[in-house]
Amino acid sequence: MRTDLLTESVDGLDEALAAVDAFDGALAAGLLRPQPAQAAGLTELADAVAGTPLADRVAEAAEKAAAGAAGEDHFVALAAARTALLGSVHDALAHRVGEATGRGRAAADVPAPTAREAVNLLAAARSWLSDLARCGWQGMDHEVVSGAAQVVSAMLPDPELRRLATLLDGFAAELAASCPGASLERVPERRWADLWARAVLLTVPGAAELPETGTLTGRLLPLGVDVQEHATAVQAQVHAVFEPADGSAARLVRAGVSVPKPDTVVGAGLWQLLRPHLSLLEAVGEGRSMELTDMPVTAEGDLLWDNERARAGESADAFVTARVALPTATDGPTAPLDRHPSRIAVPVFLEGYAARQDDDESLYFDLAGSALAVDADRIPSASPLTPEAVAKSGACIGLLRWDAGRFVLQALAVESTVRKKAVALHAGAWAGGTTDKAGVKAEKAATDAVKVLRERAGKLLRK
Amino acid sequence: MIAPARPRKLAKVPFVELADGRMQGVVSSGSDIGRVYVSSIAASTYAYGCSTNNNRPCGGARGWYCNHIRALIGEAVLQYGAERVARYLKVDLADAEPSGDSLIDAMFATRPGADHSGAAATVFSRFLRHLAYLELAPTTAPLPEMQWFPPTRAVA
Repeated sequence: MRTDLLTESVDGLDEALAAVDAFDGALAAGLLRPQPAQAAGLTELADAVAGTPLADRVAEAAEKAAAGAAGEDHFVALAAARTALLGSVHDALAHRVGEATGRGRAAADVPAPTAREAVNLLAAARSWLSDLARCGWQGMDHEVVSGAAQVVSAMLPDPELRRLATLLDGFAAELAASCPGASLERVPERRWADLWARAVLLTVPGAAELPETGTLTGRLLPLGVDVQEHATAVQAQVHAVFEPADGSAARLVRAGVSVPKPDTVVGAGLWQLLRPHLSLLEAVGEGRSMELTDMPVTAEGDLLWDNERARAGESADAFVTARVALPTATDGPTAPLDRHPSRIAVPVFLEGYAARQDDDESLYFDLAGSALAVDADRIPSASPLTPEAVAKSGACIGLLRWDAGRFVLQALAVESTVRKKAVALHAGAWAGGTTDKAGVKAEKAATDAVKVLRERAGKLLRK
Repeated sequence: MIAPARPRKLAKVPFVELADGRMQGVVSSGSDIGRVYVSSIAASTYAYGCSTNNNRPCGGARGWYCNHIRALIGEAVLQYGAERVARYLKVDLADAEPSGDSLIDAMFATRPGADHSGAAATVFSRFLRHLAYLELAPTTAPLPEMQWFPPTRAVA
């Protein structure tokens, strides 16, 4: 692992991000009656893609938007331009990560979309996103933001629309918590523009499809669990090395499960909702491998998990997997539309570093003369792994991410030496359940919360 | 990003939220298991409302924050933290320590009136929508957009 490469500058990165920021500034102020500065921001985005096949459509969209006359198709074109720029940033960063890990990356072979989604709901979502773009973050209020609720409610039950619905739900909740926009002291322009542009693209029929492209048979060796959550949704993703039964090269895959949830289901309650649908979570908790038979997989290496096609295998220590199997496995590709710096989450293994905490409590791993930033807060709350344990660790399985202009390590598991013995702590140790005292208490509280809600739902929902 | 809700017991107040310019929620009746009260306090004016889900006014909420509203405030403080509640309702706590009690005192000192906006039906339907999230099926298809929503150990 060449961590020194991760702190070196990447050619063209600043220029690409400057064009993104220019557009984000224009969007923040709202495109209903754009000022000259906003027009300049739109032009900067259009100029940045002038040498690409998007050039004509984006130039036209920027001109219309600058005149306050952008239609929905124009917003789609602008979102596409911004996404293309960040796609190029993603590619440069992913290339750099590949140089640092020394691992190969499989080529993306993504099938053409079939566009089976309910088009009327996609149109409704796009209409809301267009309203939002006209208001801007500075002009948004409760009335505009609450327009998402109906669209989200209608979309959530449909699995084909789950991607967009979950994104809109989290995005709208975040905006609602910041309303009215006029009184905001600080606007997270890049983040909200990211979420807006991503949602706009997902309203294009077919854009959200991640179809099955094959099946896998062989042994799955888990590395760790990554959890993502917003108030009303949670996803757990297991990162693992897959060794095909036919003896061909090992590759990195992910297996995930997600579910919408009430905002009062938190902590251990998240594991309880997810656990039954991904038997792999139990295997991870027990430190086991799994044997897969004809498990469906997407072009990006996401397993479309089916409990029927997996059975528990022999015990497999994640740190052994990280030391032995990870270095020679191939990374999965990223689907063209999904290329974005925030998608970078590459499993890595580090040891022999010195953990160092700055005065402002930010954490770094010093390794061979370079310092890698560590995000020790990105750990699920129902987990034995703590920021303190990360800060005292000697070996770490983590995900390499890119955030706020630099590479950052997220810990999935750490090893530290306690009385001359190596002790491992895993972020996902409680995924399948736990006998840990604090864990049992959290499980009980979560069970009670869901019980009350189900009892209420039984009484009130079916009347 | 918003910090996740803090865990709390849901038996008494199954639902509370800061939305539509109000702190609003649903409080279980102490006497009848099949009945719930819909309670709310408006931001800025602190105008209060409390009625059953069948729109019968609560007998306790006449010129006074009834026990349902007090319970709602207490649970909102547990779920979101007193500071976020105070900020949302635009309560000036002066030098008082933010808490459920100091919030009630500060709001009641302004002699708030009853809220006749008839929000109960909206709040109740939002509660039902909230409950419906439990009925939605999980999926093992990937949701790449969730990468934008990291977990945090920080609480509200």
